[in-house]
Parts: sequence; C-alpha cells; structure tokens
Amino acid sequence: MTIVVGYVPTPEGEAALTQAIAEAKKSNDTLLVINSSKGDALVDNRYAQEPDIQSIEERLADHGIQHIIKQPVRGHDAAAEVLDAADENDASLIVIGLRRRSPVGKLIMGSVSQRILLEADCPVLAVKAE
Amino acid sequence: MDVWSSLMDGFATALTPMNLLFAVIGVLLGTAVGVLPGLGPAMTVALLLPVTAALEPTSAFIMFAGIYYGGMFGGSTTSILLNTPGESSSVVTAIEGNKMAKAGRAAQALATAAIGSFIAGTIGTALLAVFAPIVVQFAVSLGAPSYFAIMILALLAVTAVLGSSRLRGFASLALGLAIGLVGIDSVTGQRRLTFGQPLLVDGLDIVVVAVAIFAVGEALWVAAHLRRTPLHVIPVGRPWMGKKDWQRSWKPWLRGTAFGFPFGALPAGGAEIPTFLSYVTEKRLSKHPEEFGKGAIEGVAGPEAANNAAAAGTLTPMLALGLPTNATAAVMLAAFTSYGIQPGPQLFSSQGPLVWALIASLFIGNFLLLLINLPLAPVWAKLLQLPRPYLYAGILFFATLGAYSVNLQAFDLVILLVLGALGFMMRRFGLPVLPLILGVILGPRIEGQLRKTLQLSAGDPAGLFSEPIAIVVYIIVAIILAWPFIYKLIRRNRPMPATVIPGNSGATVPREAGGVSHGSHRADGTADGDGDG
Repeated sequence: MTIVVGYVPTPEGEAALTQAIAEAKKSNDTLLVINSSKGDALVDNRYAQEPDIQSIEERLADHGIQHIIKQPVRGHDAAAEVLDAADENDASLIVIGLRRRSPVGKLIMGSVSQRILLEADCPVLAVKAE
Repeated sequence: MDVWSSLMDGFATALTPMNLLFAVIGVLLGTAVGVLPGLGPAMTVALLLPVTAALEPTSAFIMFAGIYYGGMFGGSTTSILLNTPGESSSVVTAIEGNKMAKAGRAAQALATAAIGSFIAGTIGTALLAVFAPIVVQFAVSLGAPSYFAIMILALLAVTAVLGSSRLRGFASLALGLAIGLVGIDSVTGQRRLTFGQPLLVDGLDIVVVAVAIFAVGEALWVAAHLRRTPLHVIPVGRPWMGKKDWQRSWKPWLRGTAFGFPFGALPAGGAEIPTFLSYVTEKRLSKHPEEFGKGAIEGVAGPEAANNAAAAGTLTPMLALGLPTNATAAVMLAAFTSYGIQPGPQLFSSQGPLVWALIASLFIGNFLLLLINLPLAPVWAKLLQLPRPYLYAGILFFATLGAYSVNLQAFDLVILLVLGALGFMMRRFGLPVLPLILGVILGPRIEGQLRKTLQLSAGDPAGLFSEPIAIVVYIIVAIILAWPFIYKLIRRNRPMPATVIPGNSGATVPREAGGVSHGSHRADGTADGDGDG
C-alpha cells in the first residue's frame, strides 16, 4: 500500500511530511511525496527546489522508508495532482497540511485541502503547522 | 548656450504635474515589463500607441521614454535574482549578478546595477543632449543619396551584426520589407501586394504590425510553452553597498558608459555588444580576476552601465536622423509618424519643444527609476509570481482593442491574427524580430529616398554614388557584408586559438535587441535543473 503526502515548502507542508513519515513507519508503507506546480508562473514559491528535495530524500532515507518523490508540472492544480497520485497508486492514506484561510480568500482562491477532503476515496489525515 | 536654454525649457515642460504623472506611469510600467521576461519596452510602447492617441504628443513621449529606460532597469532585477534575463541587454548581467546573488550578495548586485544604470543613463542623456544637435547640423547637409546609403547601412548592420544567424536575420528583414511594400506606390500610384483587396491599399498600419509581431506573437509563443518548471527568487533585503563595493564599482560604471553610448549611437547599435565588451574589459582589468565567474561586482556594474548608456545612445540617431537601431526606438519612430510628426534631421527645428521635453524627461525618468528601483527591487520580483495566462490574456485583450481602435476596421483584426501567427512562427524557427520591425518602418522611408535620388539623377543609378559620404557608407556596407569571408580567409592563413567566451550556461547569446527576448525562454531550462516528474 502507499501513503500519499502533499508537500509544500511551508510550515504546513513540513508538518504534513513529518506526520506522513510517522504513519509510513507505523504501517511500513511506501511514501509518495507529491510537490506540484501548475507551471504557469515564472516563480512559484510552493514548488520545492533542488536542495529542498535533496534534504527530504536524505531524511526519508534516514528513516528507512521506501519513498518516491514526484514533482509534476502539468498545469493541474495541487489537489488534482494529489488525488491522481492517490488513485493511481491505490493509496491507503493521504496526508495534507492545513493552513488558515479567511472565508473571502477561500471564496476567491478555492481550497486545495477542501477538494482533497471531499473527493478522496481513501482516508485523509489533515494536520496543522506547529 | 543654446542647448542649455532649450534643455531648461524642456525641463519646464516635463516638470508640469501632468507630464510628471506620465513620467511616473512610464517608469512604473517600464520596470514591470522589464522585470517580466518576454515582455519588453517595444511591445509595451506598441500596445500603448493606440491608447495614447488622444494624448498630447509630448505627454505620450514622456511616458514612452520612461518605459524605455524602465525596461533597462527592470531587466537587471530578473537577471540577478532569477538568472533569467528580463531583457536581452541584461543577459551579461546574469553571468556575474546571479552568482553574486547565490553567494548572498544580491543586495549589492542590485544596488550596483541600479546606481550604475542611473549614472550611465544620466551621462548618456547628457551626451545625447550635446551630440544630437551636432549630428543634426551634419545631417541637414546630407542629400538623398547619402541618406539612402546610411539607412541601408543601418538595416544591414542590425541584421548582420546582431543575432546568431545572418541568414535568419536577412529572412526576417525581407519579410519586413515586403510588409512595408504593401499599399499604393507613392510615385506611380500602382497597387503593390494588395491582392485585389481594397482595404490593403492604404498599406498595413504600423501599429497593427508592431502589436501583432510583438504582443500576439509572443503571447502565442508563451501559450505554446506554458508549462515550465517554476523557479525561486533569491530572497533579498533592501539593496545597499559597502564602501568597498563603491570603490570597485565606480570605474566599471564609467567604462561601461564609455562603451555603451557610442555603440548605442552607431547604426549597428543595440545594447548587447557593449554590455558584452564591458564584461570582457572588466574581467581583464579587474584586480580580482579570480572572482569572475563566482560573482564579481565589476561584472555587474560595467554591463549594467553599458546597457543604459546604450539606451541613451540609441536615441541619438533616432532623434537626429530618424534612424532607429533597436526595436523600442523603431516603435517610437512609428509613434512620431502616427502623431503626424515627420522624423528626421528637421525634427529638432520643427518639434524643438517636444524633443527637448523628451530629453529632459529622460533625466527625470532616470532619477525616478533610481528612487523606485533601489528600495523596491524585491517587490518588483514578486511580479514574477503572476500566473502567465492572466498576464497574456490581458495583453491579447489590449492588443485586439488597440489594433481595432486604430482604424475602427474589423479587417485590421484579421491582419493582426495573420501577422501574430507570423510572429509566432518566427519565434518558433528562431528568426529575430528586430530586422522585421526595422524593415517595416524604414522600408518605405528608404524607398522614398531611393526614388528621390533616382528622380534627381533622371533614373541614372550613378546618382546613388553622387555624394562622397554615400560612397564611404557603401564601402562600410561592403566590408560588413564581406566580413565573414574575410574572417575565414584570415583564419585559414593564420590558425588562431578559439576566441574566449565567458562560459555561462544560463545566458544564451542575445537574439534581438531591446525587445522580445524569447531567447530567455530557452535559456534558463539548461541553467537550473529541470525536475519534471
């Protein structure tokens, strides 16, 4: 089985990753780390760069977890990428980080977490930043 | 002194609240498009041409001048913080600037770029104010044959010297000249290239052509390459410089200015060659040669000064001779025509107040740019987070609106789309855009001079060589055209070591001057690891 974690280089993303590592250790599952960008802006701070990815790679290896890191840039939003990955790999769990959103911000921008929570076929574990 | 009092009158015009407001709008817009790769001042001025039709010409040109200088300032920010040159003239800046930023010296790199640009821009504008009237005095003595020769030189030099491929350059020039031919022959009244279409008889409107090639072509190109691995902007605080940075920067600033202005003023101008020369010179003269390639401040200071001085230099032939040498100057020249102002040596006498207000506004714009760029560079970099579909949708909207509003003809929209597709194909096959635009704008004027010459000599081609200056210019043209063959001969007889080019995978050789820099789209893919999943 696979655990899918949606990662972004923010406190929420780190919290999700930490939680996902704990879950993966518990169940001895493969951890699939998804960090995506729509790729339509020249700069996207939520898309992890090389050094970031390397440190995650090392961290996962240290914990002895089987892992795959994917960084799709296909023009889909983050929710679609995470849900796709969960479908394809028949995931047993999705781990995501929640951040606080004002109602207006949510109205305008939509919510990635909400879409994942509503549309996922497997349990979703949502954590907050410490 | 005459220049001085005219310039002061110019300041009086440029400093009125309304014109000052347009200068501020201009520099803000200019910096924004300079920061964004793919958008350039040429495209912005082209898009604004129809919008500004209702304005006073003076106000419009003050805004255009701000956009032009702003583009040069803004380009360096992207070069330094992202290693993606926002403008083709900032390609060299990226070599050292980005290394400096990676080493945690982004603040100093931005500061030396901004202050250097300011100093070079100010000196360059002063030189422009002094030299342009002198060039005019010389130019009024020129007859049609000399004019024709100089214009030919400008076209060939821009086509042959800039860009990576001469063949592509000439192909683009030929396209431009063909577009410029559409319409009624001014002497015989024959219809040319109208294909029986009565709406083509008036010729293609230059605004429509420029908007199509720059805006629509670029938007289509970006749409075709939308997905790309996003980068991070290197975080930076407020730009500042230490005492040592000042000591290491001021000489490169002055040397960069010395390179930039003359090259900008030459018909084969553009900012790429002087920035590159300045870089090589600084590398040779530096007391810290070991720092080059790892982030030497001289390698940012020199080229940045050079590109701004070149921007000022480019305006000298544009204002004094009516001869544009880069894309933005070409579009500004088109703007003169659309206001019914005849560009050429008579511009200074017929439109004195406008020209001097324009020059004065360059000084003001430069100062404003220093004010908004020095503390705000990191804020400008935030523009790069804008999703490009929104940006280009807006540009296409403006392009369509603008093209339609010029003549209120739906047919212009067809032309816009056709030429936009042409612009896309040119980017696809690596044809530089600049020769096309110059061909469209200069083509009819060259033809006018040629016709005049031949009428004077009663159809005898010998009339083309009737002035000594014309002959000198033709010799230069011949040398430019024959140069590759001469070079090959020299190389064969005396095998020389390969020329040293500063190695940097991130910055490609600039393709076209001052305008759309699609080179950058391809450039950064190789520089920063692509990590598509």
